[in-house]
Amino acid sequence: MIYFDNAATSWPKPPGVADAMTRYLNEIGANPGRAGHRLAVEAARVVYGAREAVAALFNAPDPLRVVFGANVTEAINLALRGYVRPGDHVITSSMEHNSVMRPLRALECEGVQVTMVQCSPEGLLDPADVERSIRPNTVMIALNHASNVVGTLLPVAEVGRIARRRNVLLLVDAAQTAGAYPIDVQADAIDLLAFTGHKSLYGPMGTGGLVIGARVDVERLEPIKRGGTGSRSEREEQPEFLPDKCESGTPNAVGLAGLGAGLRWVSERGVADIRAHEMALTQQLIDGLRAIPGVTVLGGLDANRQTATVSFYIGGMEPSEVGLRLDDEYAILCRVGLHCAPAAHKSLGTFPTGTVRFGLGAFNTSQEVETVLKAVRQLAWEAQ
Amino acid sequence: MTESQYAVILVYSTSHALRAEQVLQQAGIGCRLIPVPRHLSSDCGVCVRFERIHRQAALDALQVAQVEMEGMYDI
Repeated sequence: MIYFDNAATSWPKPPGVADAMTRYLNEIGANPGRAGHRLAVEAARVVYGAREAVAALFNAPDPLRVVFGANVTEAINLALRGYVRPGDHVITSSMEHNSVMRPLRALECEGVQVTMVQCSPEGLLDPADVERSIRPNTVMIALNHASNVVGTLLPVAEVGRIARRRNVLLLVDAAQTAGAYPIDVQADAIDLLAFTGHKSLYGPMGTGGLVIGARVDVERLEPIKRGGTGSRSEREEQPEFLPDKCESGTPNAVGLAGLGAGLRWVSERGVADIRAHEMALTQQLIDGLRAIPGVTVLGGLDANRQTATVSFYIGGMEPSEVGLRLDDEYAILCRVGLHCAPAAHKSLGTFPTGTVRFGLGAFNTSQEVETVLKAVRQLAWEAQ
Repeated sequence: MTESQYAVILVYSTSHALRAEQVLQQAGIGCRLIPVPRHLSSDCGVCVRFERIHRQAALDALQVAQVEMEGMYDI
């Protein structure tokens, strides 16, 4: 079996991940931050360790401004819904996932103005177009770091510099890049970094969060839920300090134990090394697919400018059929369709049919790419 | 009766306590997380206990590391 669906979730996970989760369940088990006994403290240490590891990976100065949640979607909702108010203006791109678009469309109905900056058919964004869209009431620019459809990297650092200069916050959806591409929230001028734990950080599902930069006014940031935090228990009002303000209810400590192990694996191997490995495989895949008659590859076709996600279609064969046949006849697992990103597919000209998407990860090999290319060649030949 | 020789740092949350603990350890000050003594706060969390002789060094280290705290008390 060949797993080429890492853009949806990475698999397999490094061996330490399941071990850390088993250890938590069998040997720690207590509720972090909810008591002072040894196991509760040990549990809190596990969660705090993951917080520190996230801060270190993204060069965030304060681990207490890393807020954990269920996934990147929750983090994006916190950033948008928690910070933006009716009458405010938000800029986004036409390459966004629905995790950004749906909260924005809902906010639009509540009186928030939204501008969607058009990207090129290759999925590229011109930072000057973003700057031209800034209005006096613009409070935030919400950008996908890399497209989940074609992997194209958006120029976040350039937009970040513009955002700083124009006194606007930059929210980056790093679902496709965190762990797979270097991110430095200070150098890239990212104010709000939303990340997922279960993709390129190699943790389990149910983990993710938001890194909140120093420019973000925490008083203005409204939590999306309120409740018990283990702190300030004498008060019936939500604490005003981070991370507790935005982390109510018992956290997914088992998941965060796994995420901590995933982060350790990523930093030991090194993001640069993972990136180099994935870039080589991506270019091999792109070049191989382009050489097949009847196959059209989407995006910029240059591994240097994208993540390890490649979208394509075969003339004369529906993506759904390609996906089914790859699974049934070749045991190759991928994702087909619109990938929760209708706006991106409209930019690429592949709406509403969608594409076949191969998402590579750190554990894929050059040999697997060759095997997959052979299978696609066979299907494309049959489709002609 | 022996005089108590400890002081505690009260912080806002367990995450802050872990941060403070780390800062003290890096400054070479032995410390331990304990439940917040009831007479200091009704909070159900933990605080950082250390030997009182390190009071000034602890204050300095926490200030340099910009760790927010609610207060420091002898216990």
